[in-house]
Amino acid sequence: MRNLWIFINRYNAFFFFIIFFTIGIYLTVSNNSYQRSVTVNSTNEVVGTAYKNLNVLKKYLNLGDVNDSLAAENAKLKTELLALSSIDSSKNVVVKDTLNKTQYTYLSARVIKNSITLRNNIITINRGTADGIASGMAVISAGKGVVGYIRDVSDHLATIESLLHKDTKVSVTLKKNNALGTLVWGTKNFDYRKAYIKDVPNHFKIALKDTVVTSGFSRFPPGILVGRVSNTGISTGDNFMTIEIDLFNDFSTLQYVYVIKDKLAEEQKALESKLPNEQ
Amino acid sequence: MNSKIILVNIFRWFLLLFIQILLLRNLSFYSLATPFVYILFLLLLPFKIPNLLLYLIAFATGLTLDAFYDTLGVHTAACVALAFVRISFITVTVNKDNFDEPEPTLGNMGFKWFSIYAILCTFAHHLVVFFLETFRLTEFSYTLLRCLLSAIFTLFLIILIEFIFYNRKAR
Repeated sequence: MRNLWIFINRYNAFFFFIIFFTIGIYLTVSNNSYQRSVTVNSTNEVVGTAYKNLNVLKKYLNLGDVNDSLAAENAKLKTELLALSSIDSSKNVVVKDTLNKTQYTYLSARVIKNSITLRNNIITINRGTADGIASGMAVISAGKGVVGYIRDVSDHLATIESLLHKDTKVSVTLKKNNALGTLVWGTKNFDYRKAYIKDVPNHFKIALKDTVVTSGFSRFPPGILVGRVSNTGISTGDNFMTIEIDLFNDFSTLQYVYVIKDKLAEEQKALESKLPNEQ
Repeated sequence: MNSKIILVNIFRWFLLLFIQILLLRNLSFYSLATPFVYILFLLLLPFKIPNLLLYLIAFATGLTLDAFYDTLGVHTAACVALAFVRISFITVTVNKDNFDEPEPTLGNMGFKWFSIYAILCTFAHHLVVFFLETFRLTEFSYTLLRCLLSAIFTLFLIILIEFIFYNRKAR
């Protein structure tokens, strides 16, 4: 027993290393899984407040760009409103489709922390459970483009698993031929302006500069702009091809985002859970 | 003397983590090289620090950075790996009995010793960081490339900082 103690004591650096390294690996693995118990991240009170205070100074620097994007969005919405109001309602039969109209509600939020330099990028916003945000909701940017999914939520803060994350997948479709695919980031390079569409069947003819929009099969509403096809010739050797796209969304200057609440999400989940388990 | 070393190290911890989180977090070179200069704090801890304390400090530093980077566990494991490499390297190269240098700085130890020390520690740290962050082997070569370039970037900054605060001990 004494010899064992001497042995352990002599190589204590190695044994300490094993112990602490195991804890580190355990934290990483538990953080990667969907059920996270430890919340040492930026929804944390201390870290969140630090980023919030920092952002108060930083947001003034981009005021001009934010104004421009809001004005552009206003103009677009006004055009749509005009198109709707020009329909002669007295001649048309009124169909009250209240369910579909209000399926999605939007909630604006300010980005207080963002990163684009890592493999797995996380964005923090200034809304939390107090504003009705829950894990798994879709997030789009104020200008155009998808941003990601809500990951962890605290009372007044939430983290978003950015599109620039290895676990984020969005179902998208091409406008010209309705080809379906899965939007991922970072398989070929880590440029924050580029993303890839995987699993597009080989028989589709893909046009350059074709617009990519969300399909509505993931948690995003259908028709949200994503990007433009920039390279079609990436072959994977099987029945599916990979397409490179330029994202409309500039993640480096993200200031305001919209969190999308889907009213039918619970219902859809409950319905689909009745299916025989496919995964 | 002792309290002065503690104060200097606490100040260094705050300064380096501030720089890392506020400035270097937003910095990258063609999305390939991202520097992690905060490890300089762990490199410069005094020689006489007990192993357990070194591991605890490394663990706490890594955890703090993880909280700000939202990468729980990645930097924690990396800092612990760095601590192990540091202890091993110092045991092999430095005779602790008749030795009176307080800290392993560039000025105290000379360029050759310090550069080998920094290279080994930085590579250990960066390998763990990038492979734990990616966490899949399909992107092996690309991750290795990022790791290599980032390590060179970090080393460049570390040696630059050491030369700026270079004060050669009067012998």
